[in-house]
Amino acid sequence: MKNTRRKFLKVAGLAVLGWSMRPASRLMAAHGAQSAEGLFMASKHGAPKHGEGLHAGRWIMLIDTNKLTPAIEQKCINACHTNHNVPDIETKQNIKWIWAEPLHNVFPEQMHENIPGGTERTTLVLCNHCTNPPCVRVCPTKATFQREDGIVMMDFHRCIGCRYCMAACPYGSRSFNFMDPRPHIKDAIPEFPTRTKGVVEKCEFCSERLAEGKLPYCVEVSEGAMMFGDLEDPESEVRKVLASRYSIRRKPELGTEPGVYYLI
Amino acid sequence: MLEKVLKGNKVYWGWLAILLALMAVGAVCYGKQLVNGLTITGMSRDVSWGFYIAQFTFLVGVAASAVMMVIPKYLHDYKAYGKILIFGEFNAVAMVCLCLMFIIADLGSPQRLMNIIIHPTPNSMLFWDMIVLNGYLLINIFVGWITLQAYRKEVAPPQWIKFFIYLSIPWAVSIHTVTAFLYCGLPGRGYWMDAILASRFLASAFAAGPAFLIILLYIVKATTSFDPGKEALKSLGKTIAYAMSINLFLVLCEVFTVNYSNIPSHLHHWHYLFFGDGVLVPWMWTSMSMCFVGVLILIVPSNRESDNMLIFGCLFVFIGAWIDKGLGMIGGGFVPNALMEITEYVPTQLELGVALGIYAAGFLILTMLTKIAVGVKLEVGE
Repeated sequence: MKNTRRKFLKVAGLAVLGWSMRPASRLMAAHGAQSAEGLFMASKHGAPKHGEGLHAGRWIMLIDTNKLTPAIEQKCINACHTNHNVPDIETKQNIKWIWAEPLHNVFPEQMHENIPGGTERTTLVLCNHCTNPPCVRVCPTKATFQREDGIVMMDFHRCIGCRYCMAACPYGSRSFNFMDPRPHIKDAIPEFPTRTKGVVEKCEFCSERLAEGKLPYCVEVSEGAMMFGDLEDPESEVRKVLASRYSIRRKPELGTEPGVYYLI
Repeated sequence: MLEKVLKGNKVYWGWLAILLALMAVGAVCYGKQLVNGLTITGMSRDVSWGFYIAQFTFLVGVAASAVMMVIPKYLHDYKAYGKILIFGEFNAVAMVCLCLMFIIADLGSPQRLMNIIIHPTPNSMLFWDMIVLNGYLLINIFVGWITLQAYRKEVAPPQWIKFFIYLSIPWAVSIHTVTAFLYCGLPGRGYWMDAILASRFLASAFAAGPAFLIILLYIVKATTSFDPGKEALKSLGKTIAYAMSINLFLVLCEVFTVNYSNIPSHLHHWHYLFFGDGVLVPWMWTSMSMCFVGVLILIVPSNRESDNMLIFGCLFVFIGAWIDKGLGMIGGGFVPNALMEITEYVPTQLELGVALGIYAAGFLILTMLTKIAVGVKLEVGE
C-alpha cells in the first residue's frame, strides 16, 4: 500500500513538472523555428505585410520644429488623445501620448540658449519607436514588443503593470494607468479600446490607422509640420527631406536609434 | 519542529497579536489599492517606482547577508558562527518573503503575475530576479530546516546538504547583483548607470544585514534564555565595520567620478539628493552621517566588546543603509526625470500602511522561524 502511494506521488509529481515546463519549451521551439533571433534579443512580432493598408520596412516620423506653432501642437495633441481615448487627468499621475515640451527639455545635451528662437520654444514629443528599444528589452512578459517595421507596440492584456519599461525609457514617453481611466474620458471613441487601471500605455504610431491605409492622426492635422514614411525606401519623401535638411534625434548617445527625427 | 510555534509566553503571543493587527491594517490599505489602483500611492508618471520597490531593493541586501556567516563557518571552519547560523538562514527566508510581497504590492495588475512564467523573457532582468529570489528562498528553507533537524536529533547533517550550503554562497551574491542589474543597465538613468552599483549594493548589504542580525540576536537573548555567544556577535560587528567602510569608499568613488567629470546627466541626480531643495536632502545627509558614525563606532575593538556600543553601532549602520537604499536610491534615480524636470515623490499614508502590513507579515515569518530555532536550541540544551 505504502509503496503504491509512493509510486503514484512520484508519477504525479513528474507529470506536474513536465506539464508546467511545456509552455516554456514550446516557446523556445517557436523561437528557433520561426526566426534566427536568439532568446536574448528583444522580441519581434510580425507586422502585416500583405493586404490593405500602408506598409514599410521601417516607419519613421519627421517633425519640423520651425513649422510647429503652439496652435498646431495643440491640434496634434487633441487629435491623438481624443481618438485614442487618452484620459484627461490633471494630476502628476496623468497620461500623455504626445505633448509639447521646451527644446531644452527635449534635447538637454544638444541645445544652447543662443539658437534662433531660443530654447523655450516648444516642440512635440512622443514615443520614439527606437530601433533598440530599452522598454522592450526590460519587459518581463513581452507585453511591449517591436514589430518588424519598427513600431513598438503594447499588449494591454498582457501587461502586469510592473512599470519597468517606464524606468527604462530614456524619453519619458510612457504613462501608467494609476487609476481607472474611463471616468476621465469625456466622449469615448468606440473604434479604439479604452484601457484599464494597472497597465502602461503610449503612442503606437497609429498602427490601427496604418492598417487602414491612413497616416497617423497627428501627421494628418499638423499642417505639414510632421511627416511619416519609410526609412528603408530611398525614394520616399522622408528620405528626400532627411537628405536635404539638417535633423537631430533625442539622446543619440544612448544608442537607441530613435525613429522620430527633428528638423532644425 | 513546527509545534514550537504553538507554545510561547505572553510576550510572544502579544507580539504576534500586534503583528497580526498591523497585517490587518495593511490588508485594508492594500484592499483600497486593489480597488482604486496605484493612484493611492505618491508615485507619478515621472517617479514611477517608489517606496515598495525601494524596500524590496534594501531587503534583498538584508537577505543576502546570511552568507557573511556561511563563508566563515563552512569555508574557514569558524566555529563561533555554528550556533547562530540558523538565525541567518531563517532571517534570509523571512527577508526574501518580504521582497516578494513588496514586488507583488507594486504591480499594477497583480492578477496577471503569472505572465512572468507563462511568457518567460530572459532578456528582462526582472525574469532573472524572479529566479534568483525564489531559488534563494528555497535554498535557505531547505538548508535551514535540514541542518536544524539534524541538530535536534543530535546527528551530523547529511553530507549532500553541503552542496546546497556551498551553492548558497554565490546565490546570495547573485540576488543582490541581479537586483542592482535591474537598475544599472538602464540607459538614460544617470544615477544608476554605474558599473560599481552591484558592488556598492553588496557592500552596504553585508553591513546592514549583519547589523540587523545582531539586533535580532540581542532581542532573542533578552526575551529567551538562549545565549548567542559574545564571540560571534563581536565578529559580526567586525564584518559590519569592514563592509560599511567599503561601501562608503565606493560612494566616494562615485562622488569623485560624477563631480570631477561634471557630466550633467549624472551630476544632476547627486545635486538633487544632496544640495537642492528636494525632500530627500536632509535624509541623505542623515544617512551618510549615520553610516559614517556607525563605522567609527564599530571599527574600534573595545566598542565591539560593549553590548551597548555594539547595538548602537548596528542601529546607526542599519538606519543609514536603509535611508540610502530604502529612500534615496529610487527617488534619486527618477529625479530629475528624462526631460530634466523635477517631480517630487513622497509616499502617501495608504502606501505606508501597505508597507507596514507587509513588514508585519515578514516579521511574523521571522518571529515564528526564530521561535522554532530557539526552541530547538534550548531543547537540545545550549
